[in-house]
Amino acid sequence: MTVRVVERPARTLAVQIYFIEAWKGLGVTFRHFFVNMFRHAARALGLKGWAPGAVTIQYPEEPAVLGARARTRHRLLKRDDGAPRCTACLLCETICPARCIRITAENAPDVLVEKRAKSFDIDLGMCVFCGYCVEACPVDAIHMDSNEVEIASYSRADMIWTMPQLLGDEPKRPSSFP
Amino acid sequence: MGKLVKYRLNGREVEAEEGRLVIDAAKDAGVEIAHYCYHPALGNPGNCRLCVVEVAGAPKPMPSCRLPVKEGLDVRTDTDAVKRAQAGVLELHLVNHPLDCPVCDQSGECGLQDYYMKVGRYPSRAREDKEHKGKRIEAGPHVMLDQERCILCTRCTRFVDQVTKTHELGIFSRGHQERVEVAPGMTLDNAYSGNVVDICPVGALTDRDFRYKVRVWYLDHADSICPGCSRGCGISVHTSTKRPWHNEGRRVARLKPRWSEVNGHWMCDDGRYGFANLDTDRLGKVLRLRPERVELSWVDMAEELAGRLDGVKVVASGMLSNEDWAAFKALFVDTLTVQDLYFSAEPDQIGAEDDLLRKKEKVPNLKGAEALGLKSGSFDRLAEDLEAGKVRCLYVIERDLAKVWGEARARALLTQVPLLVFQGPNKGALGDLAHYRLPATAYVEEEGCFTNFEGNRRPYRKALEPIGCARPDWEIFKLLQEARS
Repeated sequence: MTVRVVERPARTLAVQIYFIEAWKGLGVTFRHFFVNMFRHAARALGLKGWAPGAVTIQYPEEPAVLGARARTRHRLLKRDDGAPRCTACLLCETICPARCIRITAENAPDVLVEKRAKSFDIDLGMCVFCGYCVEACPVDAIHMDSNEVEIASYSRADMIWTMPQLLGDEPKRPSSFP
Repeated sequence: MGKLVKYRLNGREVEAEEGRLVIDAAKDAGVEIAHYCYHPALGNPGNCRLCVVEVAGAPKPMPSCRLPVKEGLDVRTDTDAVKRAQAGVLELHLVNHPLDCPVCDQSGECGLQDYYMKVGRYPSRAREDKEHKGKRIEAGPHVMLDQERCILCTRCTRFVDQVTKTHELGIFSRGHQERVEVAPGMTLDNAYSGNVVDICPVGALTDRDFRYKVRVWYLDHADSICPGCSRGCGISVHTSTKRPWHNEGRRVARLKPRWSEVNGHWMCDDGRYGFANLDTDRLGKVLRLRPERVELSWVDMAEELAGRLDGVKVVASGMLSNEDWAAFKALFVDTLTVQDLYFSAEPDQIGAEDDLLRKKEKVPNLKGAEALGLKSGSFDRLAEDLEAGKVRCLYVIERDLAKVWGEARARALLTQVPLLVFQGPNKGALGDLAHYRLPATAYVEEEGCFTNFEGNRRPYRKALEPIGCARPDWEIFKLLQEARS
């Protein structure tokens, strides 16, 4: 991903006196209002297929459009040799405000890696998707870019994702209705 | 005590003993000076150069651990020159440090982390490759050595040279290859080896038992007394209870020595790792096991049992606190007029002794019973009486008789007792033979005092909540006594 540097807009007098900017904002609101109204009116007049109904997305028939930086279900990353990157430093568990991460550590076979996670569970039922775990990680082992938001299940226990599931080694089977 | 002199510390006039080191005198006056190599019990080689201070009249900053206080000395610890010097020294200490804090067990209580935040805060200028040395070296049964993290303060080598005099560790090679190593053909397996972990200001020496169990910032601390022998060393109990999946589910994570005049800065490995069985087979319910297993309330138990205790013989141990012994005396000696008490240290509670800390009796508080005038009978006599069927009722308190007589013999002796009461924190090998089984708190779950072999009172605090409905021994004795009257 290339990084585009955006200049912070200058706080000119026009911005600071508030009224101009407030009316610009309302302009956006009214534009959406009139565009939607026009399209609905067109559909009501039988012009189907000429324009989409409104800005509403027909989820789940149409896939959800996620922002490029949306925080979605976590995934754990691997080293080049296939071992999990996680060194079980427990910084993500420590920073987690929802206390949804549970890690236990063990000696890693590679002496230069030293430490690795024995188990790494995330209880997505408790997660608040703040993304602090990603920021705290010193070895870039956890990302929230799986683009998966459909993680609901029928039981609380099923909301817990284990390390192989987060690594993508083992599929997380959706639970059936009890 | 030497002559008191006046000197100036950061512009303030302070009094201190003449000849006292400035680093100590400043600490007494409330000014902490950063340092690594200096340790009050191990001397001041002055090799870390972090404790530098500015002295009026001296051309360069001086190490405060080598500087004795004298009349009119003008010391400053807060000038820019001092801060620059300390940051520079720290930068050099960290040149070859691997900065592997995420996997290092020391992080959270590391001298490098603490002092970087306090006196460092410089942007890194290191561009060269780091020097690599040995990692994850098993220096001994309890200690893991990582040479890369070492800053060569020599505290550990001074400990094995001066305190234990066993000389297992040394500094080898020179220059950037200089490193701490276990002496050829030796292992760091002396009886006090765990102390090098405590004095190591960085993560070079870490505890193998504690390794990767729990991060130090999750631990709670409580001041306690080691129950491992009659020395009564001051310890700090570090517990992990907030996140039960850490530390393999055990509540006590480690024991650390706490400075006191009895033990100084140290504790022995027997005491340090003696908590392993603290939570195994814990009792948490008041039970009548025979004729049938029934769970009782404390009050029901006391009412049932109190009337049946006449002619009881009592086995206890030096694990009881002074408070327990007082209630013990009130119940068994004053109320029940029991003649036959057995609590002396038998082979099960006798172990190694040395000149440094360890004492022969491996229980903390036989002195407390002695102070109350209690006298222990001989366990051999008790065994004879049990064999002859002369014991109608036996009350066993915090003692595993399987360890005194051997399991087979103890089992044979105890099965024929008409009424056997067992009271203690752990079930032990013979807990199932009891008619009544009463859960008592372990020493980490109660407050109290031990009296050590010198007669010093050693108070300890509560570190954990009791398991189940366990109560301190003195409360159980008091309940029984109240039910009697």
